Amino acid sequence: MELRRQGLSEQSFAFLILLPAAVVIFGVVLFPLVTTFIYSLQNMELISAEKGKFLGLLNYLRVLRSDWFWQALGRTMYFTVVSLTVETVLGLLIALLLNTRFHGVGLLRVLIIIPWATPGIVTASIWKWIYNPEYGVLNAVLTRLHILGQYRAWLSDPFLAMNMVIVADVWKMTPFAVIFFLAALQFINKSLYEAATVDGAGVFSRFWHITLPYLVPTMAVVVVMRTMEKFKAFDVFYVMTRGGPANGTKVLVYEAYLKAFSNLQYSISSTLSYLIAVLVLAFTIAYVRLLKRGEASDS
Amino acid sequence: MTKKSLIIMVVLVAVAAAAFADTVTINALFMKQAGYQEEDIIGGTRDFQAAHPEINVNLTFVPYEQLEEKIITSAQAGSYDVVLSDGPFTAKFAQAGIVKSVPPLAPADQKDIFEGALSSTVYKGKSYGMPWLNDCKYLFYNKKILQAAGFANPPRTWEELAAQAKVIKDKKLVKFPMVWSWAQAECLTCDYTVLSAAFGGAMFDKDGNPTLTAAGNKKALDYMVASLKDGLTNPNSLEFTENEVDSTFIKGDAAFALNWTFQFSEGQDASKSAIVGQTGVALIPGSGSVRSATVNGGQPLSISAGSKRSAEAWTYILYMSSKDFQKKFPKNALPIWKSLYDDKDVMASNPEVVKVAKEQYNYLVNRPVVPFYSEFSTDLQVRIQEVLQGKKTSDQALKEVQAKALELASRK
Repeated sequence: MELRRQGLSEQSFAFLILLPAAVVIFGVVLFPLVTTFIYSLQNMELISAEKGKFLGLLNYLRVLRSDWFWQALGRTMYFTVVSLTVETVLGLLIALLLNTRFHGVGLLRVLIIIPWATPGIVTASIWKWIYNPEYGVLNAVLTRLHILGQYRAWLSDPFLAMNMVIVADVWKMTPFAVIFFLAALQFINKSLYEAATVDGAGVFSRFWHITLPYLVPTMAVVVVMRTMEKFKAFDVFYVMTRGGPANGTKVLVYEAYLKAFSNLQYSISSTLSYLIAVLVLAFTIAYVRLLKRGEASDS
Repeated sequence: MTKKSLIIMVVLVAVAAAAFADTVTINALFMKQAGYQEEDIIGGTRDFQAAHPEINVNLTFVPYEQLEEKIITSAQAGSYDVVLSDGPFTAKFAQAGIVKSVPPLAPADQKDIFEGALSSTVYKGKSYGMPWLNDCKYLFYNKKILQAAGFANPPRTWEELAAQAKVIKDKKLVKFPMVWSWAQAECLTCDYTVLSAAFGGAMFDKDGNPTLTAAGNKKALDYMVASLKDGLTNPNSLEFTENEVDSTFIKGDAAFALNWTFQFSEGQDASKSAIVGQTGVALIPGSGSVRSATVNGGQPLSISAGSKRSAEAWTYILYMSSKDFQKKFPKNALPIWKSLYDDKDVMASNPEVVKVAKEQYNYLVNRPVVPFYSEFSTDLQVRIQEVLQGKKTSDQALKEVQAKALELASRK
């Protein structure tokens, strides 16, 4: 009433209310996106004498022709595929377990969320300490169990270090998969299982023919979301290995960070960022297509 | 309230505001780590403000690892006026316009500051900061272990050090006599700078041309490999930074460690050290005609390019690097001023280190002063680690670093 009297229509009032949010979104999302793209077409190396020169797609060519890009991409893919596979399988198994009824299942369902709720930087610091070659819990446990003869360094071999980082990441992100699967499992019609049991289906065939097909869409969502996140993984590498040893854990995003904030090569870093975005986009489209085809064949 | 009293109040507030407007505020960025401690800096700043009531200083402390990023990202906005920089950043920051050049010092002052510390602030003939934190690496040794092995003195050459380490290992006094900071990080470049200079090598010549394939550089790398192969170096060194070197040394698990000044007081700190009273400090060994070599870990204070208070910032910087401030905390960091090393108080507070420091500073080596330093250093670290892991020969690796350095130098 008050507004009408002041001559503001409902539409302009809505616009007025949305304006601050719009300004913020344009300022912190759109503007950097556009600027980054412009940088990727220029020479924006702060120590260069030719700073500001327009280069067209030369930066993209430079990155795509370099060895370090493909190596970093390979490491990123390895990290993504391995950790995602382990997380999905482990997440499914834990979800199946938590879907059964036993004493204390409620408490367990709450506990499982803790790693996921812990900030990434904290998780990475915890695992860095667990792996510590002198005081690490992992060394202590393994030597006491006589699995390991003596304390060893877990993050000093390039390939081993990558796998140890994957373990830390799996620990943190498996709960995410568990929660999704658990939610989906709760919706499966119990009478389906009863009917199958009557028809003589065993545990595995019930899982294979009822549970798994039912979980496929959820799995697709988990995989799509996690692939995007994995490609952007940064904190765990920043804290645990800083890309080392011998570049063994230098993934794409960490490379982009180093190029910008250590080497002052803003153009190369921007180019890299856009390439990462394109890759993630390509994955997402592929997954969604796959998902749609699956749905079509189901019906 | 009457109208009159309202007017009086408004006038009073206006006057007070005008009085406050005379004080300017500058923001300073420091690190929370080795060297001067937070409370030293806060106390010094309080003294500065007492002497300069017109300047108000806001302090921010970040870990060393965040320092570079903070300086770069804040340069344009000028969020900080005074920033704690680092020697290897100087060339890059100057070239990229991240810090401002500063006025020259009086000749007498220039003479009294250690040459290595001063030159780390200079790029293409201009100064971009004032030496502030003075530090370099020393050889720390465990007196008890050396004694038990039958050595009266710490080694004078790297060859002698390896021989002593061998005896210590054979007598099973410690499993791995040497410990280093060879993680893929700046600390590896620091250790390598020491070794390559000690073996007569150099990574760049005076004109900034890369000379990685020089004989001394290879000798240094081969020494590192051999010490690992012979079990004289703790293999965990490959993931250690200075902090892990420290913790290994003060646990008594190493006979020799290369580290910064803080290692000495860590060794004497009964709350964490298992070797109180056993820490020895000595000149870093040399080899052949080289008596000694150490790496400059000094950090200058600079003025951010975006600062609108350059004059006040410079006043503050000069105060924090003055003799008055610097002589107060010799346990945490030794002064940049040569004349203070004869000061009774400085000498008395940390006699063993001061005695060695005075001599060690004469062998200060800077990490390469080139604008592409960060990229170069990262590449060097990776190649060295590949050699240490047996994936490449030292020849191969140094040739690759040389090629990389040439490429970086030619890049426009």
